[in-house]
Amino acid sequence: MKKLLLGNEALAQGAIDAGLSGVYAYPGTPSTEITEYIQKSKIAQELNIHASWSVNEKTAMEAALGMSYAGKKSMVVMKHVGLNVAADVFMNMSVSGINGGLVVVVADDPSMHSSQNEQDSRYYGKFAMIPILEPSNQQECYDITKYAFELSENLGLPVLIRLVTRLSHSRAGVVTGQRIAQNTVNLPKIETQFQLIPIHARDRYKHLVDIQPDMLEISENSDFNKFHEGTNKTIGIIASGIAYNYLMENFEDGNCPYPVLKISQYPLPKEPIKELFDTCEKILVLEDGYPFIEEAISDFLGENRKVIGRLSGDIPRVGELNPDNIANALGFDIVINDNLPKVVLGRPPQLCVGCGHNDLFNAINVLKNESATQQVFGDIGCSALGVLSPYESINTLIEMGSSITMAIGASNAGIHPAIAVIGDSTFTHSGMTGLLDAIIEKTSITVIISDNSAIAMTGAQDSAASGRLISICKGLGIEEDHLKVITPLHKNLQENIDIIRDEINYKGVSVVIAQRPCVQLPKEKKDKLKEYTNVSIN
Amino acid sequence: MYTKINIILAGVGGQGILTIAAILDTAALDNNLNIKQSEVHGMSQRGGAVQSHVRISDQPIYSDLIPQGKADIIISVEPMELLRYLPFLKKDGYLITDSNPFENIKNYPELETLYNEIKSHKNHILIDAMKIAKDLGNSKATNIVLLGAASSLIPLSDESFQKAIATLFERKGERIVAKNLEAFLKGKEIAAELVS
Repeated sequence: MKKLLLGNEALAQGAIDAGLSGVYAYPGTPSTEITEYIQKSKIAQELNIHASWSVNEKTAMEAALGMSYAGKKSMVVMKHVGLNVAADVFMNMSVSGINGGLVVVVADDPSMHSSQNEQDSRYYGKFAMIPILEPSNQQECYDITKYAFELSENLGLPVLIRLVTRLSHSRAGVVTGQRIAQNTVNLPKIETQFQLIPIHARDRYKHLVDIQPDMLEISENSDFNKFHEGTNKTIGIIASGIAYNYLMENFEDGNCPYPVLKISQYPLPKEPIKELFDTCEKILVLEDGYPFIEEAISDFLGENRKVIGRLSGDIPRVGELNPDNIANALGFDIVINDNLPKVVLGRPPQLCVGCGHNDLFNAINVLKNESATQQVFGDIGCSALGVLSPYESINTLIEMGSSITMAIGASNAGIHPAIAVIGDSTFTHSGMTGLLDAIIEKTSITVIISDNSAIAMTGAQDSAASGRLISICKGLGIEEDHLKVITPLHKNLQENIDIIRDEINYKGVSVVIAQRPCVQLPKEKKDKLKEYTNVSIN
Repeated sequence: MYTKINIILAGVGGQGILTIAAILDTAALDNNLNIKQSEVHGMSQRGGAVQSHVRISDQPIYSDLIPQGKADIIISVEPMELLRYLPFLKKDGYLITDSNPFENIKNYPELETLYNEIKSHKNHILIDAMKIAKDLGNSKATNIVLLGAASSLIPLSDESFQKAIATLFERKGERIVAKNLEAFLKGKEIAAELVS
């Protein structure tokens, strides 16, 4: 039966049907719905597939590797910047290789709809020297995921699936197939495989290098890479992943007169690219994200510019592809119209009505008026909206956890007050270790954990911090006199300002937990949270 | 003759455009048509501008995004958000919108200016869908009134729309299903009066 599924959901169903035993993930747009689909799937529950959230992408990937070590099939899912967090295990598990099939799913966000950069995960796949799969539509999301597990077990390597926002968050009819059984526990046959001390790591790395030609051969014969003959050889086109759809949209019934190589599997297949070079006057590369293929096949000095794309300026260097910028590159007579009537104003995202972050920022802004030198280091999540009007409370926003550690460095440099504002889930994801740094050195910073007990921006998923913040901070060694809990409500504004001001004036580390449940949480969850909120610190 | 339609749904995060999309999807699937429907998740959902591209056809659909100048209809639950997607509207395409502003930004434009801009397009249906929904006793059905107003321009039968509405609201009970069906038909009726 045909089901209408998001690209993310099709991928998740493909994983279930491939015999998955566990998915590990931290929420992040545009990847979140993959794990949520498995969490909600009745069949996944019956099959006892592990699907609860991990504390961050690194812990998630390591757990997935552990499941693979035990012989079962596992998947780890994240947004593109999450792979930076998990990069350590990612780079090393390609050296060790895997046991049960292991698939890494990374959803990139070209145009930065909900992200701070548009990094292209294909570079990571190449860096780790593992196969990359890049589905072009929802059906391929399903099919490629089933194939990915098979490929992973055949090669003994993790396999990377790269998605982009528009595929993750677009629905189409998908035909699903038979479900393959889960693996049973089966430890690795080679005892030294997962023991990456130098003597074994050298062997494993040599093995990884040695099987690169096999990977290329598989890719050259892959059904997911398709060569379409064309009669007009003035341009040969390479279109990867979703770019293929945008290309075909430009031709009635998808009848493209140019030769087209559709790429959905890497390493890049050499044979068909050579054929394009030999027979076509120019080669247009269409890829969402960075000019990954274009750079690989262009001539280094740019003197013989046969390859065109983002680097040559035929496609805009930044932002996502669409049917229009591709039509433009094909030389079609279209005018891309970005002009809107003057009456249309921007409408940026903002905090929900009744959000506790709002009352926290109001307090911080009063303190800003008291001290011209105050700097506020922000962090990822809903609290990041404090950068925007009407608050403009936050001076920096870089990546998960950087609020606390940047405040440390700024404080060392002489900035006072140095305030970090971090959400509860971001704190457990990447903030705790930075706080330990500050506590060890008694750095003069004020850390405000804006605790809404949810991973709010991605849809109010359960936060690992819920009910644990006080004990975590105490365990890290925060002085009890400088651990405060406040409730960010308008009626408490003056009291909250006074508490934060006192902590700013303390020449050491303070933590203020601003506790108020996310308005997006369902009532039963809010009620449950009452059990631990407003608990006295002692 | 091919069945083929491109619709852009517009609004502010939380206004229910994905419900309209789900009804269109369900009705199209029921008719064995191909569908591609993109939507916005993440940061913009928090009170920002959101849109969904819905494409329905009996032929294969390639792009998840509608090219500029190829949308047959823009349906918006908010008048300024309607105009944000004008570059996508086909020549002689239809603009359908609720007249009630969602004012969560500074300097929200004068309503008259907005309405004049909308009225400068020949094919527009500008209605107080929120009031129509309220009068029917279900203010949450503003989006369904608008879908009803657009329905005669969409190559899907009334029966399949109504079946889809019944399916999607089923778990909320019979009364809510009936209220939404009523909203759909009222929207259709009012649009017919305006267009004739």
